[in-house]
Amino acid sequence: MNMMRLLTTAAVATGLFAGTASAEDMRIALVVKALGIGFFEAAAEGAEEAAKELGGVEIIYTGPTDTTAEGQIEVINALIAQNVDAIAVSANDTDALVPTLKKAMQRGITVISWDSGVAEEGRMAHLNPSSNALIGNMIIKLAADHLPEGGDVAVLSATTTSTNQNTWIEEMNKVMGDYPGINVVATVYGDDLADKSYREAQGLMQSYPDLDAIIAPTSVGIVAAAQAVVDAGKVGQVNVTGLGLPSEMAGAIESGASQSFAIWNPIDLGYSATMLAHQLATEAAKAEPGASISIGRMGAITLDETNSAAMADPFVYDASNIDAFKEIF
Amino acid sequence: MSALKSREAILFAAILTLLLLIASRFPGFVSPQNLVSVFTDTAPLIILALGQMVVILTRCIDLSVAANLALTGMVCAMVNVALPGLPVALVLVIAVTLGAALGSLNGLLVWKLDIPPIVVTLGTMTIFRGLIFLLSEGQWINAHEMSASFTGFPRSLLLGMPVLGWIAVLAVAVMALVMGRTTLGRAFFAVGGNPHAAVYTGIDVGRTQFLAFVISGALAGLTGYLWIARYAVAYVDIAGGFELDVVAACVIGGISIAGGAGSVIGTLLGALFLGVVKNALPVVDISPFWQLAISGAAILVAVAFNARAGRSRGRLILKSAEQPQ
Repeated sequence: MNMMRLLTTAAVATGLFAGTASAEDMRIALVVKALGIGFFEAAAEGAEEAAKELGGVEIIYTGPTDTTAEGQIEVINALIAQNVDAIAVSANDTDALVPTLKKAMQRGITVISWDSGVAEEGRMAHLNPSSNALIGNMIIKLAADHLPEGGDVAVLSATTTSTNQNTWIEEMNKVMGDYPGINVVATVYGDDLADKSYREAQGLMQSYPDLDAIIAPTSVGIVAAAQAVVDAGKVGQVNVTGLGLPSEMAGAIESGASQSFAIWNPIDLGYSATMLAHQLATEAAKAEPGASISIGRMGAITLDETNSAAMADPFVYDASNIDAFKEIF
Repeated sequence: MSALKSREAILFAAILTLLLLIASRFPGFVSPQNLVSVFTDTAPLIILALGQMVVILTRCIDLSVAANLALTGMVCAMVNVALPGLPVALVLVIAVTLGAALGSLNGLLVWKLDIPPIVVTLGTMTIFRGLIFLLSEGQWINAHEMSASFTGFPRSLLLGMPVLGWIAVLAVAVMALVMGRTTLGRAFFAVGGNPHAAVYTGIDVGRTQFLAFVISGALAGLTGYLWIARYAVAYVDIAGGFELDVVAACVIGGISIAGGAGSVIGTLLGALFLGVVKNALPVVDISPFWQLAISGAAILVAVAFNARAGRSRGRLILKSAEQPQ
């Protein structure tokens, strides 16, 4: 009888031990806006890469089936019940997720947001794909890289009141001194309408016959400008660059109207979010303003006063990698 | 009729003056090659304005043209992605048929349910945009997914002008024929001029308005394909707000919003006026902050001219009523 009890205790103890052994695998949940979106599938790929590099990390890639805050709350509640170690979320709503994420943090779960942020009280840190300053520098660098002798470039923006574009152009103007020989001859506005952007691009080529590049930091504008360059027969003379999506720009890269353009790389983003979550969950780093946190191959990030950080320069897409990415997003 | 003629003459003179003004700042604008490209760029507006003209003539308005264009364009693009080998001629048939079907929906609601056209088309405008979102799930269809013949058709050159421009020429010719030489064309004027009198002459007012919407829809559908192929991209917001340009082109062209008065040539000139302004603003180096104000002012001035030219004194029927008692 005694023997029996001992055995049972031993068995239970072994069971418990086994349980803790598998729980030693750190479980990081990557919660996305919705499943089945190429951008996020690619981010999950990056997260797996980080997990492999770190070792002993299990990635739970999950999200609702449609992009709603309600769906994400359900998913996060399930993750809290499973007692995961960290949650990295790209939020469908800045505020709606806060109560649920607070509950998660009270249970000792590390919570960060990435890509699309959560209000400050609902997460420990936020990872932006890039920063305004980095984007502003990148868009002029893209043009300058293909103009070693210098040249005339023009900016085709969205509307005169688009906050994002105006900030990026402002940041671009701040670093113009680093690119001697590059002159910004005009800034025009295509209002994010395909026809108006096309017409503005045509106008630029007429007004400035020696124009070397058009910088369009907007996805509608860059596609329309590339089409206008093709139709004007100026492929090779005028390089269209800026910010765009690989799926939308594949045609322009193929035709040669655009040498290269930039946007965040979802693989890097998923990788960095996982690294950041791991650093915080293992308490290797602390989420506080001014903290510098290493995120593996992407280098280090520094948290600002709102505990947000910018990952890196926007990623450059050109003929060498467009085919791999055009299917992703 | 002479008043109409002079109104068009004024508009024509206004366009010439505008061209001269632009040429003084940017001489390249009036080169024949550039004028052809301005005309081609204005072609979608011309085609849509012709459809809108018919609708406005019958005292209706069609605010759904741009949404119809976008929906038809998206469907054409999706058809092209699914069946890249489909000849362009068939795509054109699909575009015109689908556009006409969407237009007939407007027409039926106006005709059978007697809902005011502005309300009907405001509703269908939103429905069409919503449908595009449902069909495309918000995704873009991009240049590299479309076949070369699909995007190449409107820009292929014929006697120095892209096919897109020739289609506008064709549309103007056909509509001029319909409006001037057919009973249907006369019926549009009659219904708008005096619906009660039209009924007495045996014209079914509702049915005529229905047909106007079908024509407008068919032309919007046609433009849908041309637009998508020209800009080589299809997404939900394509041609957002373009319906207002179309109505503005008609109004500038002297189509009376009260119905019953207007002409194909006026509409053509109205669209060209707007087209010249739109194409000139980017090259004459005017601050973008002023561009919208200038576009708006040009419309108001043109309309004011029209209103003055079109104002006719009431015709005296009973002389005795004129006499002071």
